[in-house]
Amino acid sequence: MFFLSHIWLIPLLPAFGATIMFFFGRRLQKATVSAVCVGMIVLAFLMACGAVWQYSAWSSMPEHYHQPYQTILYTWLGTDTGQMNYATYGGSTAAFQADAGFLLDPLSSIWLLFVTGVGMLIHIYSTGYMAHEGGYYRFFGYLNLFMFSMLTLILANNYVMLFVGWEGVGLCSYLLIGFYFHRKSASDAAAKAFIVNRIGDAGFLLGMFFVAWYFGSLRFTDVTHIAHSGRFAIGDPIITAATLLLFVGACGKSAQLPLYVWLPDAMEGPTPVSALIHAATMVTAGVYMVARSNALFVLAPKSMLVVAIVGGLTAIFAASIGLVQNDIKRVLAYSTVSQLGYMFLALGVGAFAAGVFHVFTHAFFKALLFLGAGSVIHSMSGEQDMRNMGDLGHRIPTTHATMFIATLAIAGIFPFAGFFSKDAILWETWSREGGAYRFLWYIGYATALMTAFYMFRLMYLTFHGRPRMSHEVEHHIHESPISMTAPLVTLALCAIVAGWLGWPNSLGGSDRFTKFLEPVFASEAQVLEYEGHAGQLAAGEKEEEHNTSTEWLLMGLSLAAAGVGWGMAWRSYRHADKDYAEPIAVAAPPVYNVLLHKYYVDEGYDYVFTGRRKLGDVRLGVLGLGEASAWIDSHVIDAAVNDVGWITRLTATISSWWDKWIIDGIGVNGPAILARMLSYPARLFEWGLVQWYALVMTAGLVGFLLYYVYH
Amino acid sequence: MESMLHITTLHYLVLGAALFLLGVIGVLTRRNVVIVLMSIELILNAVNLNLVAFSRMWGGLHGQVFAIFIITDAAAEAAVGLGILIAFFRNKETVNIDEVNLLKW
Repeated sequence: MFFLSHIWLIPLLPAFGATIMFFFGRRLQKATVSAVCVGMIVLAFLMACGAVWQYSAWSSMPEHYHQPYQTILYTWLGTDTGQMNYATYGGSTAAFQADAGFLLDPLSSIWLLFVTGVGMLIHIYSTGYMAHEGGYYRFFGYLNLFMFSMLTLILANNYVMLFVGWEGVGLCSYLLIGFYFHRKSASDAAAKAFIVNRIGDAGFLLGMFFVAWYFGSLRFTDVTHIAHSGRFAIGDPIITAATLLLFVGACGKSAQLPLYVWLPDAMEGPTPVSALIHAATMVTAGVYMVARSNALFVLAPKSMLVVAIVGGLTAIFAASIGLVQNDIKRVLAYSTVSQLGYMFLALGVGAFAAGVFHVFTHAFFKALLFLGAGSVIHSMSGEQDMRNMGDLGHRIPTTHATMFIATLAIAGIFPFAGFFSKDAILWETWSREGGAYRFLWYIGYATALMTAFYMFRLMYLTFHGRPRMSHEVEHHIHESPISMTAPLVTLALCAIVAGWLGWPNSLGGSDRFTKFLEPVFASEAQVLEYEGHAGQLAAGEKEEEHNTSTEWLLMGLSLAAAGVGWGMAWRSYRHADKDYAEPIAVAAPPVYNVLLHKYYVDEGYDYVFTGRRKLGDVRLGVLGLGEASAWIDSHVIDAAVNDVGWITRLTATISSWWDKWIIDGIGVNGPAILARMLSYPARLFEWGLVQWYALVMTAGLVGFLLYYVYH
Repeated sequence: MESMLHITTLHYLVLGAALFLLGVIGVLTRRNVVIVLMSIELILNAVNLNLVAFSRMWGGLHGQVFAIFIITDAAAEAAVGLGILIAFFRNKETVNIDEVNLLKW
């Protein structure tokens, strides 16, 4: 059980690579940098495979059947001394404690495998893509640091450590979006991503505090255990609040309404980064966290409904924006937001396994799409605008073929990966009773149509039609090196077969994916069933005969939607020349404008939240708050200060007047003046003639004599 | 008549008083400081005369010793007075006592 007991090595390997890059990267050759960084990820991937393999053996032993494997290295936060005790809900005390602990169960296994797997392929791809870029070692150092953070997030056994990984991937996302930091737009986008994520993180933290207060522990196993114990009723308001707050965190990280705005801008980063962080792995962290907290979420049906609605709305909202975008990476970015919406829709309807399944398949085909787009951009000398592409299909055939497979997968064409996961989600949504869920199904269905349209639009504009680039660019078009095409081909294979793991029962498969996840989600399915809804797992067995035909019908419908989308794109764009027309722009120009401007959400946020735009004469948002604070500072605080100063000065004036005229004037000078006045008559007696004095003396003497003689 | 020719103590006292009066009038009226000093000498000698007359009347020598002391003292006083006078004259170029009126407020 070496791999399982040394599971903590998996995140530490890329951390080691990042450390080397940090200290010595500048002095290393590009080849050495690649060898170290890619090597670390390859090792991590191999270790991950070993760990999952050993876990499946371990968890099938009867003494810990279907148990999660947990290894705790040491207590990272908290002490045994009781200094960090706190009162929990209900009055008992709990010791605040967070372990440096690692948890491996089917859920983290899946993330572990595709994060290291896709991460490895993208690292290899990056050696080709970044070959001519500056800051090579910096790029790979950040990538390795990202892998470390992501693996910490996945393998954490408690919320605090998950949060550390969560913040770590946020930091790496920031660093990599702003990789071309000399470009203003890139550094702005990086700051935007960081700040928007902070909003979500605040929610996550608050949710965490609620959990700690209510459950007295932050360890996943403890929380799940207590949630299962029946101590808390379904619909418990505190749990509802906690889950909603956690979901706010997920909205930030996984780019859901209304916090999705950072993700499209994150495309300023290098394309491998977009593929790894902003499509395949990091943005699914929110899904992971919600899935990890599934025991809490099932106790809060209202939160579940919110998750489902937000997910559904995000899906169609982002997909509709993607319909008209011209930047190849932006189309994919909105597509990612939309697909993440699908995943949350699945979680919200209680189909945790389906949501995770979609994360899994999406990781492959979306990473492939981004890497393909990177390859296109690479061959187009950096051009990203699809209006200046066209007819690339036969010039870069490998890229074309692999991207076509990914497009089929994301559009949900049978039997590619996306078909199975997307249909699982739509089917589960349909299976839930209630008008809201039926409405969400319609939304999901419409989104599927849009997805097919914008993906095939991307394909036709890029690879078909007439060449619309300049001659110079056209002259330089070349297929990417093997280091880039090899990951493309590998991912294309995965995009075909990954979905087969979840081949549904209704099509004669066994849905091994859902079965694999059963230890994590099975008890939640029971809770859902208890609530009176058809839970995803229970439904299949109970009403199988009745439902199979419906399921087939829905599959047919969604295939039809994909076909219609494909057909519409084919009709509009296959001959696209320099002045091709956008069908939406022709049919409804106002709608086109709104979509092209992304529903003016960024502008709206600038009006309301950032305050970069003024609403009439009023500035709202953060800058508005700043202005208001400045106004209060200068008009209230400073005014008060000035008033106090004025009063002090007045007092000083009065006391100096008093001192000058009363104390000095009457008290001190007064007696002096009096003495002086009295001296005027006195001095008249003195006139300085000695003989007069003598005369007076004599007269006095004579006077006395006479007095004594005659008295 | 014999008694009329006999010079009694009273005669001395009258002469002394006359001299004293002359001195006082001189001190009070004359403007020249030298004459004032001289008048003071007259006053002192009038006193001496009284002392000697009373000494003769009582037949003792105390009064005469006193007179000798006063003569000595007068000599010293004249020396000091004339010294001040010379210093004054050097400053003011006058010996007129009217013009010595600085001793006031």
